[in-house]
Amino acid sequence: MIPAAFQYVKANSVAEALVLLQQHGEDAKLVAGGHSLIPAMKLRLSQPSVLIDIAGMADLKGIAVNGAELTIGAGETYHAIATSATVKNACGVVAACVGQIGDIQVRNCGTIGGALAHSDPAADLTAVFLALGGKVTAQSANGSRQIAADDLFVSMLTTALDSGEILAKVTVPVLQKGQGAAYAKLKHPASRYAIVGVAAMVTISNGVVTAARVAVTGAGPQAVRQASCEKTLVGSNGDAAAVKAAAAKAGDDMDYLGDIHASEEYRRAMVQVYAARALNEALAQARA
Amino acid sequence: MARITVTVNGKSHTSDVEDRTLLVHYLREQLNLTGTHIGCDTSQCGACVVVVDGNSVKSCTTLAARCDHASVTTIEGLAQDGNLHPLQEGFWECHGLQCGFCTPGMIMSAYDLLQQNPNPSDDEVRHGLEGNLCRCTGYHNIVRAVQYAAAKMRGEEVSAPNV
Amino acid sequence: MTSETTTPMIGRAIKRREDPKLITGQGNFLDDVKLNGMTHAAVLRSPYAHARILSIDTQKAAALPGVVAVFVGKDLLDVNPLPCAWPAGGFKNNMNTPRAMAVDVVRFVGEAVAVVIAEDRFIARDALDLIDVDYEPLAVVVDPEKATQPGAPQLHENAPNNVVVEWSAGNREGTNRAVASAEVVVKERIINQRLMATPMETRGSIARYESSTNEFTLWTSSQAPHVMRLLLTAFVFGIPETKLRVIAPNVGGGFGQKIFVYPDMVFCMWISRKLGRPVKFVEDRSENFKSSTHGRDHVTDVELSGTRDGKITGLRVKTYAGLGAYLSTIAPGVATTLYGRIVTGVYKIPNVSIDVIATYTNTAMVDAYRGAGRPEASYLIERIVDRFAAELGMDPAEVRRRNFIPPTEFPYDNGLGLLPYDSGNYAPALDKALANVGYADLRKEQATLRAQGRYLGIGISSYVEICGVAPTAWANGQGWGAGLWESANVRIHLTGQVVVTTGSLPHGQGVETTFAQIVADELGVPYDSVLIEHSDTAGTPFGYGTYGSRSLAVGGTAMVKSARKIKEKAKRLAAHLLEANPEDMIFADGKISVKGSPDKSKTFGEIALYASVGASMPEGEEPFLDETTYYDPPNCTFPFGTHISVVEVFPDTGAVEVKRYVAVDDVGNIINPRIVHGQLHGGIAQGMAQALYENAVYDDNGQLLTGTLMDYAIPNASMLPDFEISHTVTPSPVNPLGVKGAGEAGTIGSAQCIMNAVIDALSPFGVRHMQMPATPEKIWHATRG
Repeated sequence: MIPAAFQYVKANSVAEALVLLQQHGEDAKLVAGGHSLIPAMKLRLSQPSVLIDIAGMADLKGIAVNGAELTIGAGETYHAIATSATVKNACGVVAACVGQIGDIQVRNCGTIGGALAHSDPAADLTAVFLALGGKVTAQSANGSRQIAADDLFVSMLTTALDSGEILAKVTVPVLQKGQGAAYAKLKHPASRYAIVGVAAMVTISNGVVTAARVAVTGAGPQAVRQASCEKTLVGSNGDAAAVKAAAAKAGDDMDYLGDIHASEEYRRAMVQVYAARALNEALAQARA
Repeated sequence: MARITVTVNGKSHTSDVEDRTLLVHYLREQLNLTGTHIGCDTSQCGACVVVVDGNSVKSCTTLAARCDHASVTTIEGLAQDGNLHPLQEGFWECHGLQCGFCTPGMIMSAYDLLQQNPNPSDDEVRHGLEGNLCRCTGYHNIVRAVQYAAAKMRGEEVSAPNV
Repeated sequence: MTSETTTPMIGRAIKRREDPKLITGQGNFLDDVKLNGMTHAAVLRSPYAHARILSIDTQKAAALPGVVAVFVGKDLLDVNPLPCAWPAGGFKNNMNTPRAMAVDVVRFVGEAVAVVIAEDRFIARDALDLIDVDYEPLAVVVDPEKATQPGAPQLHENAPNNVVVEWSAGNREGTNRAVASAEVVVKERIINQRLMATPMETRGSIARYESSTNEFTLWTSSQAPHVMRLLLTAFVFGIPETKLRVIAPNVGGGFGQKIFVYPDMVFCMWISRKLGRPVKFVEDRSENFKSSTHGRDHVTDVELSGTRDGKITGLRVKTYAGLGAYLSTIAPGVATTLYGRIVTGVYKIPNVSIDVIATYTNTAMVDAYRGAGRPEASYLIERIVDRFAAELGMDPAEVRRRNFIPPTEFPYDNGLGLLPYDSGNYAPALDKALANVGYADLRKEQATLRAQGRYLGIGISSYVEICGVAPTAWANGQGWGAGLWESANVRIHLTGQVVVTTGSLPHGQGVETTFAQIVADELGVPYDSVLIEHSDTAGTPFGYGTYGSRSLAVGGTAMVKSARKIKEKAKRLAAHLLEANPEDMIFADGKISVKGSPDKSKTFGEIALYASVGASMPEGEEPFLDETTYYDPPNCTFPFGTHISVVEVFPDTGAVEVKRYVAVDDVGNIINPRIVHGQLHGGIAQGMAQALYENAVYDDNGQLLTGTLMDYAIPNASMLPDFEISHTVTPSPVNPLGVKGAGEAGTIGSAQCIMNAVIDALSPFGVRHMQMPATPEKIWHATRG
């Protein structure tokens, strides 16, 4: 219940946070919502010597649509995103997904940037971000760069972000007519993390599925795309048989975790069930 | 060590806190506001829920240092001028508590819930309180208590359900 | 209820007097207590389930600024190990109880190895990381049955094959014959999984020692402060009872876990004496999970024999009960008397035989958890009776009805060495539950839905349990080493207020309210003028505390008896003052008046003042209106009822939805229906949680895999349904209130109710049994054959 001692530093801007990161090096950790980091620190599973607080910074805020893109500041909380009319209209799956994370207190604090930068194997947003084919903007002392969703999640709790970088912005596509996206989740009864979560985004043109992205979280070491599932769906008419065939391929392209909460076998089966649910909902939206 | 100025239940406090001090420790140990409880170490139980700048948070997962210039409401600040808040009244009338340990956090979460949704369904109440664990009541009467408060806050005539 | 009372409080659903402080943040729980000069303890706990301690280096920890001292097990060898107060009576028990800290060997993950005392809890925690312990790991066993097998690691020298006790009851030969010759025999291995009580407030202790008087004060989150005082003084410290005062502040839920004496009580007291400063220790949740007691942990093989027309002829049971690494305060008694003697449940079973092998394993101690033995018994019998009904293809309600103990046979001896069941009438509760749930229509709906590929299940549970275990003489025969009576002192203040002190104490049960309702009616005084005081050994008469649903049946009765003594005396005194006949005095509105002449009266305050001065008392009367009762009931009480649940299972994911939960509970007479309903809600929630969610899991190395609330799923509000509660009322003949007890009934009736429904839903897949909890994964597997 009591974290090891550390130095707390409040950053007021990304620039300031970057200087602090450089100054304190490897021993420093950034904290935003803190709902993954602080519990780990209380159990002394994590003992950073410096915490750089980037919560509430103005330059990590903002939710805006620019043409075909929805950009969300990394410091926006789940609750702000879940209740944002802009997000709901532009890319409803993001609002729906973050509205299911944890509980209201977690959502009042947790941030979209924190979720993606942490790459928890059972996080919800990682799968949605992958399925949407979004990108993040990472800032460092050397400037900024964009990292595509497909390149972000490297392994369990590890992303492509460098230790001197701050995840500043999250960009996802604005869903267009003929597109739909959905997330379906089997929740752990205690932690409320995903035992299995599947996100899907589809595009339908003239009754044919022309594009599909499907990603799974919770079941393996990190969120991962499902190429065989996607390939099976694309070119089909997206009817029940097509969804069934595609869902049967979901989970083919990944490693699984098994633990006391769910075996590998069950997780694999649930990936298919929840893939079908996500695909059906995404397809229904696309047709609407 | 950090120096923070925090408004708690309408009263301003300036305090020195060790950097690692959690808000719950600050409230309980330094301000002697012991109505906010600690029931777990992983942010599940919600016994520590308080309202910071209008939003409910788990004070066991919030650094006190971060609350510089924040406004905090705890269970001790809910009653006004000696009158119980409708939620407090609802929990009492509807037997929404037994041992009472989870109750302050439960009430503060319900406070946030009703601010956002003044007319919730029972199901919305149950989902809105997912971040709070009660081991005594089975939640049946907690749902009744929150609905009692919601109705009262909407200005409706209320009475505790019969048993 | 007395005829003189004008405004009866008994039976009214009044709101609780406990609540105002709790809803405003003014409760005073253990961690809220602060003392001058108080130090803070943090405990280094074993990371190994079984290991020899080779060395402990505390130097670096002791050198940390702010650390006052560090102690290890060897420092506390001048006090005794904790006592076990309930070995299984009439059998050989191989007793091993824990010390305040391990000395040479640790036997479970979480056992205390060293204690740091520091100026604040932050420093104390930091210092734990500076202690070096060299362990030599030993082989581990965590399963209660495997612990008895050849070659299993041995925990204690005096317990060959890790056996605590081999206990039996019933008629072995008759049962063997009945099973061998039966038309139908069903058998099953039934596991009652290990659970963690999880009171929302963890446990802890604060001890203060006054060197000038050699007196300790111990604040501890306890259900039984007087018992703590008895055990700590007489058995651990060997000091007179008067040298320890125990105070239970507001207690944030107990559920059994807070009945027992714990290591932290001992080391806080010992260290406070050593240092001359108060010592505070409050568990973290992860410590509570690892180190405080768990519940259940039974592995049982059960066989039930019967006739093709649904009559049960025999029941044969063999149970391995895991008690953990050491014996907690009442552990063997829970696994034997409170379980084995009621395993026939509500049925008349002519031949029954049970063996219980209680064992040591490298796990946290197991002791009473809500229901304590009776949930294990009711789960077992209700599952195997359902299994029998399924085997016969007979409706489970009908099988139950055919085997109920008939109402004409009470008091009823079940043949297992229990005292006779006090009263019961089981069929009306079943009928009412069937009617409330709409059973016939539900069975039709179930058939319709099955044809559509949907799986509805209906689960029935008819239970009976044991409350207010007594009398003491019988309990002593069962091995219980103390009393099981309860105390109440009733005293009339000069203001006319009635002050009741008792050894019972509330930690959620609302007994402060219920007790005041009883006493107000008994004395004919306003409810608000009755004050109930408890929880502090100074100022309350010795009593055994609140557990086992005993507070009302035993403590409440003690109060009634004291109040009646007060009344008799007040009658005599008032009659003397009013020059009337004592038989003509009536009690109402806080006054004692002469029947037929309401103007001729005295208030309670007037009589109390007169009695306290003691001048001009009638011949033979002593001064004061102050009466104490130590009430030892003639028998236990036996609440019962029928619960019915309706669930739907979804084969694609294995998810379960509880659609209805209907309970008809007969807890005897009801004093406060609102409180009784609350007790039943909470009890049902805990049984339902066992059926669907909870499971405390150790791996083969003895590591607790469910060590936090992120892993151990106690239900939140979205995981439970509304409960539909109603009653039948069969007053208990045991006590003058006619009450039975309601604290555990919900838990005792509910786990099997849900499991029977889940298994009923899965019966089209050939499922006949499933171990708890019925997780989605298990159900999903079951639907796949």
